[in-house]
Amino acid sequence: MNLEFGFNRVTGAALAEPVLDIGDLTISYGGGTPAVQGVHLTVRPGEVVGVIGESGSGKTSLAHAVLRLLPQSAVITGQHLSLCGTDLLGAPDKTVASLRGPGAAMIFQNPMTAFSPLHTLGHQLTDLLWRDRTASKEEKRERILAVLKQVGLPDPAARLETYPFQLSGGMLQRVAIAAALLMRPSLLIADEPTTALDVTMEAQILHLMRELRAESGVAILMISHHLGVIAEICDRVAVMYAGRIVEEGTVEAIFADPRHPYTKALFACELSLIETGISRMPVIDHEALRRIAPVMRGAQ
Amino acid sequence: MTLKNPVISADHLTVSVPEGPHYFFQPTYKLDILIDVSIAVRPGEIVSIVGESGSGKTTFGRALIGLMRPSGGQISLDGVALPDFSKGSFRKVRREAALLFQDPASSFNPRQRIGAMIAEPRRIAGQGGMRRNDLQDLAATAGLGSSLLSRFPHALSGGQARRAAVARALSVVPRLIIADEPTAGLDVSVQGGVLNLFLDIRDRHDTAFLLITHNLAVARHVSDRIVIMYLGRVLESGPTAEIFRAPRHPYTRALLDSEPVPDPKRRRAEPPVIGEVPSLMNRPSGCEFHQRCRIARDRCRIEAPAETPFADGHTVRCHFPLDTPAGVCAMAAG
Repeated sequence: MNLEFGFNRVTGAALAEPVLDIGDLTISYGGGTPAVQGVHLTVRPGEVVGVIGESGSGKTSLAHAVLRLLPQSAVITGQHLSLCGTDLLGAPDKTVASLRGPGAAMIFQNPMTAFSPLHTLGHQLTDLLWRDRTASKEEKRERILAVLKQVGLPDPAARLETYPFQLSGGMLQRVAIAAALLMRPSLLIADEPTTALDVTMEAQILHLMRELRAESGVAILMISHHLGVIAEICDRVAVMYAGRIVEEGTVEAIFADPRHPYTKALFACELSLIETGISRMPVIDHEALRRIAPVMRGAQ
Repeated sequence: MTLKNPVISADHLTVSVPEGPHYFFQPTYKLDILIDVSIAVRPGEIVSIVGESGSGKTTFGRALIGLMRPSGGQISLDGVALPDFSKGSFRKVRREAALLFQDPASSFNPRQRIGAMIAEPRRIAGQGGMRRNDLQDLAATAGLGSSLLSRFPHALSGGQARRAAVARALSVVPRLIIADEPTAGLDVSVQGGVLNLFLDIRDRHDTAFLLITHNLAVARHVSDRIVIMYLGRVLESGPTAEIFRAPRHPYTRALLDSEPVPDPKRRRAEPPVIGEVPSLMNRPSGCEFHQRCRIARDRCRIEAPAETPFADGHTVRCHFPLDTPAGVCAMAAG
């Protein structure tokens, strides 16, 4: 079972170094109950790992901790948090900054707030390439046009002159993905990338992410609360509840046979899995869950 | 089930807003947000309006109670048509119909306590204030603990805010509740609670519901009828079971296929529909969906399809309605 996680499903090659290796990570805000508690998670090259949980489960804190995007009040402790072989726990800010982009790039839930409203998309995408001092303006433009084409944006050259508000949410999310790919990252962290989009656009974005993984072999850490999204794109999934990973495994295994009471409850609430004709919708009884699974003390 | 008279019905409702440069206060052309929408809701019935963003589903809900002024068509309350679209006429509608806004938290006054906020609609409707006990009973109906009544809106969670909005809507005992995206942004476990609350209210008071949603799974489980909208037009409407069993419109079919299935063995090779909803400013000719439709033919590009009735009040606006039940075979490429 564990062996299965040891190789890239796309290429089938055995892999040594994980892109992201999180060991016993705990995040707390202002001394209260930790938002994330003792989490272990690895993402290997080319792998798509999903983290599923409800709001307040700590999944976003976990994703933001990787690139040190948490507020000042957050206290991060643990064994290790290594991205591309560099341990970021206690590393100077400069080290973390150098890995933002080339190490891991992030896609946020709301593409409208991911861009500055005051500058054209071309301007903002060119800014991202500031590290590359040897490339000329034209070369940068070529690279940008190439990624915009890769994410399926119609008429990319014209889009460079537009402002974010002129594009729809779905198109802008494509540009956000292009911006992330522009950095040629080893890991793409996607925090609810399709939640703000229509189902038809969601299907297209998920399809795009799957294609990109196959083409460029980028690993993806997918944060979502939607079982359907996880099933559609992930190789492995970790279920988070009250700051802990309560269950982890391949999507096939977990979707076929969820073991943890919380995972079971989550599946029981998924309306698209239920036959019609029920008079009332299922809900999660958090009190009962706490009784069955004492590990979840400290749930909100 | 005997057919009761609709609580509210819209007939050929049209909403247009002036658009483009104004010359001497005269708009140069009109932007049609809703075109010829007819929807009726009967007591105790839950009708879902489903569509992508920009389909006009929210506008329809707002136009029904006069938050957007209709520019054509007719709204009838209990079978009696409103004489005009004046403020006075809509005041009558608002006495019977309550709207739950998409973002409940922003529909509250941040300086008003939840209890006072819930009691306010009754005062506005001229039915007097509420006694403390009645207020607590009402809050309990909506699944809101009485301790929350003295709180301010910012101290509520997403689910609680939604329940508070429902309690406020219930204070005037409406016969119709228009719920705009009632489950958006809620966790699955909380979502179930809110939907159950709707079903309880429906069973107890025979309240009619108009559910505006993009979540097909929700629509499938709670609604009796579904209306599919696209670019301000109704493309398909009919009984829920019928729509899910045999969608007739290619757009409905594409929407149903777009919903990700929580089963890793059933991944889709291709997205069911590509592109996005065109802008209202350049509405496509003929059938509005033809640019994204896989079975579009020349006729679709030129001629707008009329509404075709099928059995059980199932209607479709398509030249070439599908006849294969969902899940039997993939959509034929034209």
